[in-house]
Amino acid sequence: MENVINIFVKSIFIENMVFAYFLGMCSYLAVSKSVKTATGLGLAVIFVLGITLPVNYLLENFVLKDGALAWLGPQFATLDLSFLSFIMFIAVIASMVQLVEMVVEKFAPTLYANLGIFLPLIAVNCAILGGSLFMQQKQFINVGEATVYGLGSGLGWFLAIIGIAAIREKTKYSNIPAPLRGLGIAFIITGLMGMAFMGFSGIKL
Amino acid sequence: MSERERLFSSKNMELLKNPLGSSNPITVQVLGICSALAVTAQIKPAVVMSISVIIVTALANLIISLLRNTIPNRIRIIVQLVVIASLVIIVDQVLKAFVYDVSKQLSVFVGLIITNCIIMGRLEAFALANKPWPSFLDGLGNGAGYGLILIIVAFFRELLGSGSILGYNIVEKLNLEKLGYENNGLMVLSPMALITVGIIIWIHRSRNRSLIENN
Repeated sequence: MENVINIFVKSIFIENMVFAYFLGMCSYLAVSKSVKTATGLGLAVIFVLGITLPVNYLLENFVLKDGALAWLGPQFATLDLSFLSFIMFIAVIASMVQLVEMVVEKFAPTLYANLGIFLPLIAVNCAILGGSLFMQQKQFINVGEATVYGLGSGLGWFLAIIGIAAIREKTKYSNIPAPLRGLGIAFIITGLMGMAFMGFSGIKL
Repeated sequence: MSERERLFSSKNMELLKNPLGSSNPITVQVLGICSALAVTAQIKPAVVMSISVIIVTALANLIISLLRNTIPNRIRIIVQLVVIASLVIIVDQVLKAFVYDVSKQLSVFVGLIITNCIIMGRLEAFALANKPWPSFLDGLGNGAGYGLILIIVAFFRELLGSGSILGYNIVEKLNLEKLGYENNGLMVLSPMALITVGIIIWIHRSRNRSLIENN
Protein backbone atom coordinates (compact mmCIF):
# COMPACT_ATOMS: atom_id res chain seq x y z
CA MET A 1 0.00 0.00 0.00
CA GLU A 2 2.77 2.40 0.96
CA ASN A 3 4.45 1.69 -2.33
CA VAL A 4 1.32 2.58 -4.26
CA ILE A 5 0.94 5.90 -2.44
CA ASN A 6 4.59 6.66 -3.19
CA ILE A 7 4.08 6.08 -6.89
CA PHE A 8 0.96 8.26 -6.85
CA VAL A 9 2.55 11.25 -5.11
CA LYS A 10 5.74 10.92 -7.11
CA SER A 11 3.94 10.89 -10.46
CA ILE A 12 1.87 13.96 -9.57
CA PHE A 13 4.51 16.25 -8.13
CA ILE A 14 8.07 15.04 -8.50
CA GLU A 15 7.93 13.52 -11.96
CA ASN A 16 5.26 15.83 -13.28
CA MET A 17 4.61 15.10 -16.96
CA VAL A 18 4.72 18.75 -17.99
CA PHE A 19 7.36 20.27 -15.75
CA ALA A 20 9.85 17.44 -15.52
CA TYR A 21 9.49 15.80 -18.95
CA PHE A 22 7.73 18.41 -21.12
CA LEU A 23 5.18 15.86 -22.27
CA GLY A 24 1.91 16.99 -23.77
CA MET A 25 3.26 20.50 -24.30
CA CYS A 26 1.49 21.04 -27.62
CA SER A 27 -2.03 20.76 -26.31
CA TYR A 28 -0.87 22.26 -23.02
CA LEU A 29 0.06 25.49 -24.78
CA ALA A 30 -2.74 25.44 -27.34
CA VAL A 31 -5.70 24.76 -25.03
CA SER A 32 -4.69 26.77 -21.96
CA LYS A 33 -6.37 30.05 -22.83
CA SER A 34 -9.36 29.54 -20.52
CA VAL A 35 -9.79 27.50 -17.36
CA LYS A 36 -13.02 25.90 -18.56
CA THR A 37 -11.62 24.24 -21.68
CA ALA A 38 -8.43 23.39 -19.81
CA THR A 39 -10.50 21.50 -17.22
CA GLY A 40 -12.22 19.49 -19.95
CA LEU A 41 -8.95 18.49 -21.59
CA GLY A 42 -7.31 17.75 -18.24
CA LEU A 43 -10.15 15.41 -17.21
CA ALA A 44 -9.99 13.65 -20.56
CA VAL A 45 -6.25 13.10 -20.14
CA ILE A 46 -6.67 11.60 -16.64
CA PHE A 47 -9.38 9.34 -18.00
CA VAL A 48 -7.44 8.09 -21.02
CA LEU A 49 -4.15 7.65 -19.11
CA GLY A 50 -6.00 5.66 -16.42
CA ILE A 51 -7.39 3.32 -19.07
CA THR A 52 -4.51 2.92 -21.52
CA LEU A 53 -1.76 2.32 -18.96
CA PRO A 54 -3.17 -0.93 -17.50
CA VAL A 55 -4.00 -2.20 -21.01
CA ASN A 56 -0.51 -1.42 -22.28
CA TYR A 57 0.96 -2.92 -19.12
CA LEU A 58 -0.78 -6.23 -19.79
CA LEU A 59 0.22 -6.07 -23.45
CA GLU A 60 3.83 -5.42 -22.51
CA ASN A 61 4.01 -8.21 -19.94
CA PHE A 62 2.04 -10.90 -21.73
CA VAL A 63 2.89 -10.26 -25.38
CA LEU A 64 5.78 -7.94 -26.09
CA LYS A 65 8.49 -8.41 -23.45
CA ASP A 66 11.39 -10.79 -23.94
CA GLY A 67 9.98 -14.24 -23.14
CA ALA A 68 6.54 -12.82 -22.34
CA LEU A 69 4.84 -15.25 -24.72
CA ALA A 70 5.94 -18.26 -22.62
CA TRP A 71 2.34 -18.81 -21.48
CA LEU A 72 1.47 -19.87 -25.04
CA GLY A 73 3.85 -22.82 -24.89
CA PRO A 74 7.58 -23.51 -24.55
CA GLN A 75 8.30 -22.91 -28.23
CA PHE A 76 7.34 -19.22 -27.80
CA ALA A 77 9.49 -18.64 -24.70
CA THR A 78 12.43 -17.21 -26.63
CA LEU A 79 10.47 -14.65 -28.64
CA ASP A 80 11.24 -10.98 -28.05
CA LEU A 81 8.74 -8.66 -29.68
CA SER A 82 9.78 -5.52 -27.81
CA PHE A 83 10.70 -3.73 -31.05
CA LEU A 84 6.97 -3.69 -31.84
CA SER A 85 6.08 -1.81 -28.68
CA PHE A 86 5.78 1.66 -30.26
CA ILE A 87 3.32 0.57 -32.90
CA MET A 88 1.32 -1.59 -30.48
CA PHE A 89 1.10 1.13 -27.84
CA ILE A 90 -0.02 3.77 -30.30
CA ALA A 91 -2.58 1.39 -31.79
CA VAL A 92 -3.96 0.65 -28.31
CA ILE A 93 -4.09 4.34 -27.49
CA ALA A 94 -5.79 5.31 -30.74
CA SER A 95 -8.39 2.57 -30.47
CA MET A 96 -8.96 3.14 -26.74
CA VAL A 97 -9.59 6.81 -27.38
CA GLN A 98 -12.10 5.90 -30.06
CA LEU A 99 -13.77 3.39 -27.72
CA VAL A 100 -13.84 5.77 -24.79
CA GLU A 101 -15.35 8.41 -27.05
CA MET A 102 -18.17 6.08 -28.07
CA VAL A 103 -18.85 4.87 -24.52
CA VAL A 104 -18.87 8.38 -23.10
CA GLU A 105 -21.14 9.59 -25.88
CA LYS A 106 -23.62 6.80 -25.14
CA PHE A 107 -23.67 6.78 -21.35
CA ALA A 108 -22.62 10.26 -20.26
CA PRO A 109 -23.80 12.77 -22.85
CA THR A 110 -23.14 15.76 -20.60
CA LEU A 111 -19.54 14.72 -20.04
CA TYR A 112 -19.25 14.12 -23.77
CA ALA A 113 -20.53 17.58 -24.53
CA ASN A 114 -17.96 19.01 -22.13
CA LEU A 115 -14.99 17.00 -23.41
CA GLY A 116 -16.24 17.34 -26.98
CA ILE A 117 -13.46 17.85 -29.47
CA PHE A 118 -10.70 17.09 -26.97
CA LEU A 119 -11.19 13.35 -26.81
CA PRO A 120 -10.02 12.55 -30.36
CA LEU A 121 -7.13 15.03 -29.96
CA ILE A 122 -5.81 13.04 -27.05
CA ALA A 123 -4.66 10.17 -29.24
CA VAL A 124 -1.75 12.34 -30.33
CA ASN A 125 -1.02 13.86 -26.93
CA CYS A 126 2.55 12.90 -26.08
CA ALA A 127 1.70 12.58 -22.41
CA ILE A 128 -0.36 9.47 -23.13
CA LEU A 129 2.26 7.64 -25.18
CA GLY A 130 4.93 8.99 -22.84
CA GLY A 131 3.10 7.45 -19.87
CA SER A 132 3.15 4.05 -21.56
CA LEU A 133 6.81 4.32 -22.50
CA PHE A 134 7.82 5.36 -18.97
CA MET A 135 5.73 2.48 -17.62
CA GLN A 136 7.80 0.17 -19.83
CA GLN A 137 11.01 1.57 -18.32
CA LYS A 138 9.89 1.54 -14.71
CA GLN A 139 8.93 -2.14 -14.66
CA PHE A 140 6.05 -2.03 -12.20
CA ILE A 141 5.31 -5.28 -10.40
CA ASN A 142 1.57 -5.44 -11.05
CA VAL A 143 -1.31 -3.86 -12.94
CA GLY A 144 -2.43 -1.90 -9.88
CA GLU A 145 0.82 0.06 -9.73
CA ALA A 146 0.68 0.81 -13.44
CA THR A 147 -2.90 2.09 -13.12
CA VAL A 148 -2.00 4.29 -10.16
CA TYR A 149 0.96 5.65 -12.10
CA GLY A 150 -1.37 6.49 -14.99
CA LEU A 151 -3.92 8.24 -12.80
CA GLY A 152 -1.18 10.12 -10.95
CA SER A 153 0.52 11.38 -14.10
CA GLY A 154 -2.87 12.40 -15.48
CA LEU A 155 -3.63 14.33 -12.32
CA GLY A 156 -0.23 16.03 -12.50
CA TRP A 157 -0.93 17.09 -16.08
CA PHE A 158 -4.41 18.29 -15.04
CA LEU A 159 -2.94 20.46 -12.25
CA ALA A 160 -0.37 21.92 -14.62
CA ILE A 161 -2.86 22.90 -17.32
CA ILE A 162 -5.34 24.37 -14.82
CA GLY A 163 -2.51 26.37 -13.27
CA ILE A 164 -1.29 27.89 -16.50
CA ALA A 165 -4.81 28.54 -17.78
CA ALA A 166 -5.61 30.51 -14.64
CA ILE A 167 -2.40 32.53 -14.96
CA ARG A 168 -2.99 33.20 -18.65
CA GLU A 169 -6.49 34.46 -17.93
CA LYS A 170 -4.92 37.03 -15.61
CA THR A 171 -2.08 38.02 -17.95
CA LYS A 172 -4.67 39.22 -20.48
CA TYR A 173 -4.86 42.38 -18.38
CA SER A 174 -1.14 42.95 -17.96
CA ASN A 175 1.16 44.98 -20.12
CA ILE A 176 3.53 42.44 -21.68
CA PRO A 177 6.21 43.54 -24.20
CA ALA A 178 4.60 43.07 -27.62
CA PRO A 179 6.95 40.39 -29.04
CA LEU A 180 6.50 38.26 -25.93
CA ARG A 181 2.69 38.25 -26.05
CA GLY A 182 0.95 34.92 -26.38
CA LEU A 183 3.38 32.10 -26.92
CA GLY A 184 6.54 33.71 -25.55
CA ILE A 185 5.16 34.59 -22.15
CA ALA A 186 3.41 31.22 -21.91
CA PHE A 187 6.81 29.53 -22.24
CA ILE A 188 8.36 31.72 -19.57
CA ILE A 189 5.44 31.22 -17.18
CA THR A 190 5.74 27.46 -17.66
CA GLY A 191 9.44 27.70 -16.91
CA LEU A 192 8.77 29.59 -13.69
CA MET A 193 6.05 27.10 -12.68
CA GLY A 194 8.53 24.34 -13.42
CA MET A 195 11.04 25.91 -11.04
CA ALA A 196 8.39 26.03 -8.34
CA PHE A 197 7.61 22.35 -8.94
CA MET A 198 11.32 21.54 -8.64
CA GLY A 199 10.88 22.31 -4.97
CA PHE A 200 9.14 18.96 -4.66
CA SER A 201 12.18 17.09 -5.94
CA GLY A 202 13.76 17.31 -2.50
CA ILE A 203 11.08 14.99 -1.09
CA LYS A 204 12.47 11.52 -0.47
CA LEU A 205 9.95 8.80 -1.13
CA MET B 1 1.01 16.59 -65.64
CA SER B 2 1.08 18.94 -68.62
CA GLU B 3 3.75 21.42 -67.65
CA ARG B 4 6.48 19.98 -65.48
CA GLU B 5 7.65 22.15 -62.67
CA ARG B 6 11.37 22.23 -62.15
CA LEU B 7 12.49 20.25 -59.10
CA PHE B 8 14.09 23.23 -57.42
CA SER B 9 11.81 26.00 -58.62
CA SER B 10 11.59 29.07 -56.41
CA LYS B 11 8.22 27.92 -55.06
CA ASN B 12 9.72 24.66 -53.92
CA MET B 13 12.69 26.37 -52.35
CA GLU B 14 10.28 28.53 -50.35
CA LEU B 15 8.83 25.33 -48.88
CA LEU B 16 12.28 24.44 -47.70
CA LYS B 17 13.23 27.90 -46.47
CA ASN B 18 10.11 29.26 -44.76
CA PRO B 19 10.08 26.80 -41.83
CA LEU B 20 13.57 27.97 -40.91
CA GLY B 21 12.33 31.50 -40.30
CA SER B 22 8.90 33.03 -40.65
CA SER B 23 6.88 29.83 -40.23
CA ASN B 24 9.20 27.96 -37.88
CA PRO B 25 7.39 24.92 -36.45
CA ILE B 26 8.41 25.56 -32.85
CA THR B 27 8.40 29.32 -32.43
CA VAL B 28 5.50 30.15 -34.77
CA GLN B 29 3.33 27.12 -35.45
CA VAL B 30 3.68 25.78 -31.85
CA LEU B 31 4.23 22.22 -33.05
CA GLY B 32 6.49 19.57 -31.64
CA ILE B 33 7.45 21.24 -28.42
CA CYS B 34 6.83 18.07 -26.43
CA SER B 35 10.03 16.29 -27.30
CA ALA B 36 11.97 19.38 -28.28
CA LEU B 37 12.88 20.56 -24.83
CA ALA B 38 13.82 17.44 -22.96
CA VAL B 39 16.72 16.48 -25.21
CA THR B 40 18.47 19.84 -25.25
CA ALA B 41 20.70 19.67 -22.18
CA GLN B 42 23.61 18.77 -24.47
CA ILE B 43 24.34 19.31 -28.15
CA LYS B 44 25.01 15.73 -29.19
CA PRO B 45 21.61 14.23 -28.33
CA ALA B 46 19.97 17.34 -29.80
CA VAL B 47 21.75 16.78 -33.11
CA VAL B 48 20.84 13.09 -33.20
CA MET B 49 17.24 13.93 -32.34
CA SER B 50 17.07 16.60 -35.07
CA ILE B 51 18.40 14.23 -37.71
CA SER B 52 15.89 11.55 -36.66
CA VAL B 53 13.01 14.01 -36.82
CA ILE B 54 14.10 15.38 -40.22
CA ILE B 55 14.22 11.86 -41.64
CA VAL B 56 10.87 10.85 -40.17
CA THR B 57 9.02 14.04 -41.21
CA ALA B 58 10.38 13.98 -44.74
CA LEU B 59 9.66 10.29 -45.33
CA ALA B 60 6.25 10.35 -43.60
CA ASN B 61 5.24 13.35 -45.70
CA LEU B 62 6.42 11.57 -48.84
CA ILE B 63 4.61 8.32 -48.07
CA ILE B 64 1.34 9.93 -47.00
CA SER B 65 1.43 12.18 -50.03
CA LEU B 66 1.86 9.16 -52.31
CA LEU B 67 -1.08 7.45 -50.57
CA ARG B 68 -3.22 10.56 -50.22
CA ASN B 69 -5.80 9.58 -52.81
CA THR B 70 -6.31 6.08 -51.45
CA ILE B 71 -6.68 6.84 -47.72
CA PRO B 72 -10.34 6.98 -46.62
CA ASN B 73 -10.91 10.21 -44.74
CA ARG B 74 -12.44 8.62 -41.61
CA ILE B 75 -9.48 6.45 -40.72
CA ARG B 76 -6.70 8.73 -41.87
CA ILE B 77 -5.36 9.37 -38.35
CA ILE B 78 -4.78 5.67 -37.75
CA VAL B 79 -3.13 5.27 -41.16
CA GLN B 80 -0.88 8.23 -40.44
CA LEU B 81 0.02 6.87 -37.03
CA VAL B 82 0.92 3.49 -38.49
CA VAL B 83 3.16 5.02 -41.14
CA ILE B 84 4.86 7.27 -38.58
CA ALA B 85 5.23 4.50 -36.01
CA SER B 86 6.88 2.17 -38.53
CA LEU B 87 9.35 4.87 -39.56
CA VAL B 88 10.12 5.63 -35.92
CA ILE B 89 10.73 1.95 -35.18
CA ILE B 90 13.27 1.87 -38.01
CA VAL B 91 14.99 5.01 -36.72
CA ASP B 92 15.00 3.63 -33.17
CA GLN B 93 16.57 0.35 -34.26
CA VAL B 94 19.22 2.17 -36.30
CA LEU B 95 20.07 4.42 -33.33
CA LYS B 96 20.31 1.42 -31.02
CA ALA B 97 22.65 -0.32 -33.44
CA PHE B 98 25.01 2.55 -34.22
CA VAL B 99 24.92 5.14 -31.40
CA TYR B 100 23.81 3.13 -28.40
CA ASP B 101 24.92 5.63 -25.74
CA VAL B 102 22.97 8.50 -27.34
CA SER B 103 19.98 6.21 -27.77
CA LYS B 104 20.09 5.47 -24.02
CA GLN B 105 20.29 9.20 -23.30
CA LEU B 106 17.29 9.98 -25.48
CA SER B 107 15.37 7.13 -23.76
CA VAL B 108 11.64 7.43 -24.39
CA PHE B 109 11.94 10.53 -26.53
CA VAL B 110 12.77 8.61 -29.70
CA GLY B 111 9.47 6.77 -29.31
CA LEU B 112 7.75 10.05 -28.67
CA ILE B 113 8.62 11.23 -32.19
CA ILE B 114 5.44 9.30 -33.08
CA THR B 115 3.28 11.78 -31.25
CA ASN B 116 5.44 14.74 -32.20
CA CYS B 117 2.86 17.22 -33.38
CA ILE B 118 5.15 18.50 -36.16
CA ILE B 119 4.75 15.29 -38.07
CA MET B 120 1.00 14.91 -37.65
CA GLY B 121 0.57 18.64 -38.17
CA ARG B 122 2.44 18.69 -41.47
CA LEU B 123 0.74 15.51 -42.68
CA GLU B 124 -2.67 17.00 -42.00
CA ALA B 125 -1.88 20.48 -43.22
CA PHE B 126 0.33 19.73 -46.21
CA ALA B 127 0.93 16.17 -47.33
CA LEU B 128 -2.75 15.24 -47.63
CA ALA B 129 -3.29 17.95 -50.22
CA ASN B 130 -0.03 18.16 -52.15
CA LYS B 131 2.14 16.23 -54.59
CA PRO B 132 4.93 13.98 -53.25
CA TRP B 133 7.95 16.13 -54.13
CA PRO B 134 6.71 19.39 -52.53
CA SER B 135 5.54 17.34 -49.53
CA PHE B 136 8.98 15.81 -49.18
CA LEU B 137 10.57 19.26 -49.25
CA ASP B 138 8.03 20.58 -46.77
CA GLY B 139 8.88 17.75 -44.39
CA LEU B 140 12.59 18.36 -44.85
CA GLY B 141 12.14 22.08 -44.21
CA ASN B 142 9.99 21.66 -41.11
CA GLY B 143 12.29 19.02 -39.69
CA ALA B 144 15.21 21.37 -40.25
CA GLY B 145 13.37 24.29 -38.65
CA TYR B 146 12.74 22.12 -35.62
CA GLY B 147 16.35 20.99 -35.56
CA LEU B 148 17.61 24.57 -35.82
CA ILE B 149 15.78 25.65 -32.65
CA LEU B 150 16.80 22.45 -30.89
CA ILE B 151 20.47 23.02 -31.63
CA ILE B 152 20.39 26.71 -30.67
CA VAL B 153 18.77 25.86 -27.33
CA ALA B 154 21.18 22.98 -26.75
CA PHE B 155 24.18 25.17 -27.59
CA PHE B 156 23.33 27.74 -24.94
CA ARG B 157 22.31 25.19 -22.36
CA GLU B 158 25.48 23.17 -22.75
CA LEU B 159 27.74 26.22 -22.94
CA LEU B 160 26.30 28.02 -19.91
CA GLY B 161 25.28 24.94 -17.97
CA SER B 162 28.28 22.65 -18.21
CA GLY B 163 30.79 24.99 -19.85
CA SER B 164 31.43 22.84 -22.90
CA ILE B 165 30.58 22.58 -26.58
CA LEU B 166 29.96 19.11 -27.98
CA GLY B 167 31.60 17.67 -24.86
CA TYR B 168 34.77 19.78 -25.29
CA ASN B 169 35.22 21.57 -21.99
CA ILE B 170 35.95 25.23 -22.78
CA VAL B 171 35.75 26.60 -19.25
CA GLU B 172 38.41 24.19 -18.03
CA LYS B 173 40.68 24.79 -21.03
CA LEU B 174 40.61 28.57 -20.62
CA ASN B 175 40.99 28.35 -16.84
CA LEU B 176 37.98 30.57 -16.36
CA GLU B 177 37.35 29.00 -12.98
CA LYS B 178 40.39 30.84 -11.61
CA LEU B 179 38.80 34.14 -12.58
CA GLY B 180 35.79 33.27 -10.50
CA TYR B 181 33.54 32.01 -13.32
CA GLU B 182 31.13 29.25 -12.39
CA ASN B 183 28.84 27.13 -14.49
CA ASN B 184 25.17 27.90 -14.05
CA GLY B 185 23.74 24.59 -12.87
CA LEU B 186 20.21 25.84 -13.42
CA MET B 187 20.71 25.79 -17.20
CA VAL B 188 20.95 22.00 -17.17
CA LEU B 189 17.61 21.65 -15.38
CA SER B 190 14.38 21.51 -17.30
CA PRO B 191 12.74 24.89 -16.55
CA MET B 192 15.57 26.77 -18.25
CA ALA B 193 14.85 25.03 -21.54
CA LEU B 194 11.41 26.63 -21.55
CA ILE B 195 12.77 30.02 -20.63
CA THR B 196 15.47 29.79 -23.33
CA VAL B 197 12.82 29.03 -25.94
CA GLY B 198 10.74 31.92 -24.58
CA ILE B 199 13.71 34.24 -25.10
CA ILE B 200 14.31 32.90 -28.63
CA ILE B 201 10.66 33.63 -29.45
CA TRP B 202 11.07 37.11 -28.00
CA ILE B 203 14.12 37.87 -30.17
CA HIS B 204 12.56 36.26 -33.26
CA ARG B 205 9.36 38.27 -32.94
CA SER B 206 11.00 41.56 -32.17
CA ARG B 207 13.00 41.20 -35.42
CA ASN B 208 9.96 40.03 -37.39
CA ARG B 209 7.13 42.20 -36.15
CA SER B 210 4.45 40.64 -38.35
CA LEU B 211 4.45 37.59 -36.06
CA ILE B 212 3.36 39.45 -32.93
CA GLU B 213 0.13 38.10 -31.39
CA ASN B 214 -2.64 40.14 -29.85
CA ASN B 215 -2.92 39.51 -26.17
